[in-house]
Amino acid sequence: MAEEDWLGVEAAVSASEDEGAEEDGERRHQQLLEAVSSLSGQKRRKLAERTEASVQVSEFNVSCKGAGEKLVLSELLQPIKAKSALSSVKKELNRVKQKKAVELPLSKEEAERVVREAAYVRTSKDVGKWQQVVLQNRRAEQLVFPMKQELVAVAPLEQVVSAWKARTPLEQEIFGLLHKTQQPITDPLLTPQEKASLQAMSLEEARRRRAELQKARVLQSYYEAKARREKKIKSKKYHRVLKKSKKRKALKEFELLRKSDPEAALAKLEELEQLRMEERMSLKHQNKGKWARSRAIMAKYDLEARKAMQEQLAKNKELMQKVRVELPEEEPGDVPAEDLVSESVPAVPVDASGANPWMLGKPSSPAKEPEVQEDLGDVTEPAVAESKEEMSEEEMSEEEALLQDFEQKRHVRRQQAASPELQGADMTEVVSELPEDVSVDPICTEEQVSVGIEQPSQAQEELLLLEQPSCVQTMEDIEALASEERADEQETPVATGTEKRVHQQEQGRAEDRQAKKPKAKKTIISLQAVLAGKSQEIQCPSLPVAVEEEEGGFDQRGVITEAFAGDDVVADFRREKRKAEQAGKPQPVNLVLPGWGEWGGTGLRPSKKKMKRFLLKPPPAPPRKDQHLPHVIMSEQRNIHAAAHQVSELPFPFEKHQQFERSIRTPVGPTWNTQRAFQKLTAPRVVTRAGHIIQPISAENVPSLAAAASSGAKAALELAPKRREQPSCPPCPRKRAR
Amino acid sequence: MCGGGGQPAGRMRVKVLSRNPDDYVRETKLDLQRVPRNYDPVLHPFEVPREYTRALNATKLERVFAKPFLSSLDGHRDGVNCMAKHPKSLSTVLSGACDGEVKIWNLTKRQCIRTLQAHEGFVRGICARFCGTSFFTVGDDKTVKQWKMESPEYGEEEEPIHTILGKTVYTGIDHHWKEAVFATCGHQVDIWDEQRTSPMCSLTWGFDSISSVKFNPIETYLLGSCASDRNIVLYDMRQSTPLKKVILKMRTNTLCWNPMEAFIFTAANEDYNLYSFDMRFLASPVMVHMDHVSAVLDVDYSPTGKEFVSASFDKSIRIFPVDKGHSREIYHTKRMQHVITVKWTSDNKYILCGSDEMNIRLWKANASEKLGVLTPREKAAMNYNQKLKEKFQYHPQIKRIARHRHLPKSIFCQVKEQRIMKEARRRKEQNRRKHSKPGSVPFVSEKKKHIVAVVK
Repeated sequence: MAEEDWLGVEAAVSASEDEGAEEDGERRHQQLLEAVSSLSGQKRRKLAERTEASVQVSEFNVSCKGAGEKLVLSELLQPIKAKSALSSVKKELNRVKQKKAVELPLSKEEAERVVREAAYVRTSKDVGKWQQVVLQNRRAEQLVFPMKQELVAVAPLEQVVSAWKARTPLEQEIFGLLHKTQQPITDPLLTPQEKASLQAMSLEEARRRRAELQKARVLQSYYEAKARREKKIKSKKYHRVLKKSKKRKALKEFELLRKSDPEAALAKLEELEQLRMEERMSLKHQNKGKWARSRAIMAKYDLEARKAMQEQLAKNKELMQKVRVELPEEEPGDVPAEDLVSESVPAVPVDASGANPWMLGKPSSPAKEPEVQEDLGDVTEPAVAESKEEMSEEEMSEEEALLQDFEQKRHVRRQQAASPELQGADMTEVVSELPEDVSVDPICTEEQVSVGIEQPSQAQEELLLLEQPSCVQTMEDIEALASEERADEQETPVATGTEKRVHQQEQGRAEDRQAKKPKAKKTIISLQAVLAGKSQEIQCPSLPVAVEEEEGGFDQRGVITEAFAGDDVVADFRREKRKAEQAGKPQPVNLVLPGWGEWGGTGLRPSKKKMKRFLLKPPPAPPRKDQHLPHVIMSEQRNIHAAAHQVSELPFPFEKHQQFERSIRTPVGPTWNTQRAFQKLTAPRVVTRAGHIIQPISAENVPSLAAAASSGAKAALELAPKRREQPSCPPCPRKRAR
Repeated sequence: MCGGGGQPAGRMRVKVLSRNPDDYVRETKLDLQRVPRNYDPVLHPFEVPREYTRALNATKLERVFAKPFLSSLDGHRDGVNCMAKHPKSLSTVLSGACDGEVKIWNLTKRQCIRTLQAHEGFVRGICARFCGTSFFTVGDDKTVKQWKMESPEYGEEEEPIHTILGKTVYTGIDHHWKEAVFATCGHQVDIWDEQRTSPMCSLTWGFDSISSVKFNPIETYLLGSCASDRNIVLYDMRQSTPLKKVILKMRTNTLCWNPMEAFIFTAANEDYNLYSFDMRFLASPVMVHMDHVSAVLDVDYSPTGKEFVSASFDKSIRIFPVDKGHSREIYHTKRMQHVITVKWTSDNKYILCGSDEMNIRLWKANASEKLGVLTPREKAAMNYNQKLKEKFQYHPQIKRIARHRHLPKSIFCQVKEQRIMKEARRRKEQNRRKHSKPGSVPFVSEKKKHIVAVVK
């Protein structure tokens, strides 16, 4: 602009010089100027043209429009900017223009202070990035330390050892010894001897051997446990049975021995004989026992007792009789063997009423066994097809059966409580065997004849059995009597029982022990048992007992009411409540002063008027809270004893007492909460692991900070919003740890 | 039993329990036993009183089982002046005594495993390198020594790896948490490179002896120091310049940074108090912890950053929660004298304190805690009891029992005395306020009272 001005002025001057002469030339000059100015690209200031008469018109065609403007030097200098020759001048001028007074330098302290302040601001900002993390950790429900799980690497032994050298004399000596024994220090870690020994016993062999040993140990422990258990059993009956079974076993062994080695058998027989004699000589049935003595005293007065005594004496006599053992006629098989035994017992016919087992004679002979088998076969037993081994097993099972009997009894007793139906079925099964046994009758007698030594025991067994079915029957009786359909009920179980037996037949010998149970029973139960059992059961039906019990139940109620006859709890409570109500009512205040304003003295009462005036009636109390609760007394008095345990002021962090009450009201214990809720409610604030070092928190552990650190220095400003964006993943250690 | 009325006589009813095995039989033996529970609140009434009773019992039991003292490590022949934790091994701890002896202890065996004569005169400071292979000691003999952590091999001499001879006595040392740099204090704070014998930079601000210097464990370039002219100074290692100084009424003996909160540190002061500061706002402490009755000599944070332990001249150590003004626990024994140094082990379980009478004592951090492995049921019961105690902590009886401690007579009397003094001071101020122009005696909060000035 200034350039144009300048040129413009020039042009104007020239134009004014040759005014009128060359108008044409002037116009051309004007055009030239325009062209030049257009080249420079800047808009040319239009010259003021004279359009009207004015006072301030100069003769040189210079308008005074910009007269007030100052001429600035820089504007004048601008056109010469590009020219290098003038640049130095321009610089000089600039310097002159910018000249200012230099400030005084800061003192050292102040300079340091400035530096410190800047550093402090920066450091505070750096540290401030932890603010959010810290707040979150403070507020966190649970913190788990250590935050970062460290992996434990175990260095192999060889590596550790290889770095180590023996230095002390002791160590060197030890190493020397180790070398002598060719103890390898490094890799294989096995001496040649060890290797050899390892090779000597293969793995399989070792395993087998170990298994054997294990088995042996297990068996041993099992037997020990069994023996201990058996030893603990207190039942006399059980021990008797056990003894008997042992005896029988010995007998069987003896039979075998007789076949193989007669000499030894003879010796053994004598021993057995001796034993039998001892048994006979025992004082069991003499009048020496406690019971016997008591009977003796009672015998004078009591017919029953006398009878019992006589019975016992008779038994004693029988027992003390000399026994002659004789071969039974049915067993012609082994006469020589029987002859060896000096005594022989005549075959005594068995009478069901009072069988003396001692009189029944000889131990069983092997020849009898096949017969028994035959007999069993005749009766179409399920065991028809069973071999001899099976039979011996059956014999053995006699004891088992007895043992099982014990168990069964117990079982039955338990079942009585559990399920009457089941028990009924079970019982009937037992009973159902009885009719069959009736058919077996002759065999049984035969058996009894032939069994000999076994007899006494069997007799006892029978006694046992007498008890058992009777018991069973009574239980059944009860039901039968109750329903009055005895016949029906007995029939159906029998039917089920027979069905079961058929089923057993089908199953054959692969049956398990439980299935064998009825079979075993069959051998035991004889006609006598049946007969005796029946007679007993009929004699003593158990119904009255139940009836008595019922009566007892009625009685008890009466007894209770009688015992608490005087206590009327309800009335007492009502009285108590009335009393409480009375006590709760506000009492009138008596301000009457006797003798004041009237005559006073003994026997004189203040006047009614005065009373009316000075007896202050308080306002009625608010309605009681238990007004409509007949069974409740609510006392609103402050309990001092309870007050000692109550919070008197609102504790600090709470602002309203409702808040505090709410915090107390919710129970946290497992009594009121499910397991999961309980665990959640009682989770500890800080969890640490024993033996783990807790390192200080570091930026790598905190995801938000780690990201910020990686993004670089510019993150300082962005940090805050970033953290605000992701509050859902707090850098709380718990999340990091797991 | 039947009523007997209309029923046919003699029928006996046997009532039995019948349960569905599905309700109680496990499918496999690895399953949990089913314990049917009925959570109907009607069946479990009085929940608050019952829980209160449980809480009361738990509190009492806590007091019954509070037996914090575990063992005493004896072997030093002079007072224990400083201790250091091993950064990698929980069972190792180092201690320096006033006769220049340094001992390394095995805590599981409770035995000294190594003894070395490190300095002549006091061992003023001891610190382990972050990797746990070596440690540094400074002593009254104006030296800084670096030692190997392992005991010397057979035939080797017990010698430091490096020895730096300084011009002045060093009073404290601390190692950087991540780099091979350590800082000593004394006449000034020096920051050393492990490989050089002259300090990388020396930071000074004023001319008084500095008693302790500590690196920040989180922002590791930060340092804090306390000098005997009653001030606490913060430094930035990156810019090798001090940052700010706060002057308290009395001298600060030592300070400790919170390992979980980068900007929080706690200063143990001569005026029986501890002050927790936020380094960004030094004008007033975040919390004043007061309970000691004599100068506090040392402080150490628990590694969880929730509590700290302080050792005092009053022959006791106290445990403070960070956000509480009063201690939750005090440990003392008859034989323990002025406790000079204290450390909280890095598994947050134990506290070690070294005292004047040459012993280092091992305490449980939680006095009634059962040590050893807990069965899950024990753990659940423990958590439940803890929760109950927390829930009912404001109830007067529970508060009373939980707070009750037996104190040695000296401390007990001093506590009482100080209470009286404080009350007297308060009363005097009140009176002064009452009798002077309103506003002329301003209320000054407890936090501000102890700060003299903050110097930029």
